[in-house]
Amino acid sequence: MSGRAGIPAPLRGLIVAAGLAAAWQAVVWLTGAPHYILPAPGTVLEALVENAALLAENTGTTAAEILLGLALGTLLGGASALVMDYARTVRRWLMPVLVVSQAVPVFALAPLLVLWLGFGIASKVAMATLIIYFPVTAAFLDGLRRTEPGWTDLAHSMDATRWSALRHIRMPAALPSFASGLRVATAVAPIGAVVGEWVGSSSGLGYLMLNANSRGQTDLMFAALAVLAVLAVALYFTVDRLLVRALPWIAESGAEHRINA
Amino acid sequence: MTADHSIRPISISVHAARLSYAGAALFDALDFALPAGQTTCLLGPSGVGKTSLLRLVAGLEGAGAVVCSDGGKLPGRYAWMAQQDLLLPWLTVTGNLMLGARLRGERPDRARADGLLQLVGLAGRGDDRPASLSGGMRQRAALARTLMEDRPVVLMDEPFSALDAITRYQLQDAAAELLAGRTVMLVTHDPLEALRLGHRIHVMAGRPARLDEALEPAGHPPRDPRDPAILALQAELLTRLVSAKAATA
Repeated sequence: MSGRAGIPAPLRGLIVAAGLAAAWQAVVWLTGAPHYILPAPGTVLEALVENAALLAENTGTTAAEILLGLALGTLLGGASALVMDYARTVRRWLMPVLVVSQAVPVFALAPLLVLWLGFGIASKVAMATLIIYFPVTAAFLDGLRRTEPGWTDLAHSMDATRWSALRHIRMPAALPSFASGLRVATAVAPIGAVVGEWVGSSSGLGYLMLNANSRGQTDLMFAALAVLAVLAVALYFTVDRLLVRALPWIAESGAEHRINA
Repeated sequence: MTADHSIRPISISVHAARLSYAGAALFDALDFALPAGQTTCLLGPSGVGKTSLLRLVAGLEGAGAVVCSDGGKLPGRYAWMAQQDLLLPWLTVTGNLMLGARLRGERPDRARADGLLQLVGLAGRGDDRPASLSGGMRQRAALARTLMEDRPVVLMDEPFSALDAITRYQLQDAAAELLAGRTVMLVTHDPLEALRLGHRIHVMAGRPARLDEALEPAGHPPRDPRDPAILALQAELLTRLVSAKAATA
């Protein structure tokens, strides 16, 4: 985390970005690649500024799909984990279904979802939801099932009912796992939305990229890609910060499982 | 606040306690008693089944008849204290003290929690989260939570074994004073701790395990560890423990 090295994290990020851009520019110079294969960073920046309004509009669509998918996937995943934890029968029947559902690539489902839910936002939200649902469910369920045994004994001595122990001990105790599931989900959520857009849509960053590609506007394609990357990173760090703020005791007690460092 | 108003001490007897682990009987047809208002200590080599016996009394595992002297049942009338403090990291110290009330859907008594925190030397730390406390303070908080439950019977599983010597010594004093009048079963691996706190001390040995005749040191807990009589008893207990280990292995 920050604070350890002399250079603050945001500055480090900028330096890395600048280094990558320089390497990119070097490749362009060295290979002499034509602009429709690999546009130079400056060209992409120009396309970014020129198409700012267009990019903003399509970013809104993609962001909405991701956020809705994230909300739905988290809600459904959390609820499924609770139900599966509470009813062993449900778990036994549902777990194989869940695993199989993960074995089917979401990309393969995308055309079907577009067929059923149309070219609008619904099919993309469904895609994002699907992709988010599993990591959240699996992580939360795992957390619920690994309650510290000492706490269970303590709850028993305090005459807790199954429900009150779940509510006051096991559910909060599983929140760190839930949070790490949510972090993974946030990182993969944009994939769902963009794949959905590629299969069939009339707006969104994925749509814009596909469209630009077919028209040979490689610079615009790169600009859309850059915006998507920034969106994904911003989303991830926002969720991460919100989780840290909502669960301050995780960092204090060292019960944290974070995927970033 | 120490000797509690509502507490009427009960004695407990355990008959035909039985627990197998991986096919082998840890103990079988074991009988023993916890006299009312006294502290009964259980010593023995690791793996002999001390903790399992404690858990059996609590109804957490094993089979056997746990009979209370007043004919009532033990569940709902014992408090539990383990080697780990088991404080919930997301609650404040006061929140942890009031956990039992929350779990039972009762109104938590904040004033009583504050009073108990003062009693265990944690006045003013009620709003802190456990992570900000030292190991000794956390175990003090766990002791306060145990007292908060205000139960006639207290089951303790090596409650001070993770602490440094001085902190352990101080907490033994606090526990002896605050638990006076309750029926306590204390599992420990420290003979001196048993001698400081126990009215009766058993050594558990063998497979299936048995309890030997209780050792009953004179005087009242907390006993002075510098007392030559106590030191002599400690030597005797160590001898018993060595042969217990040989009998169990």
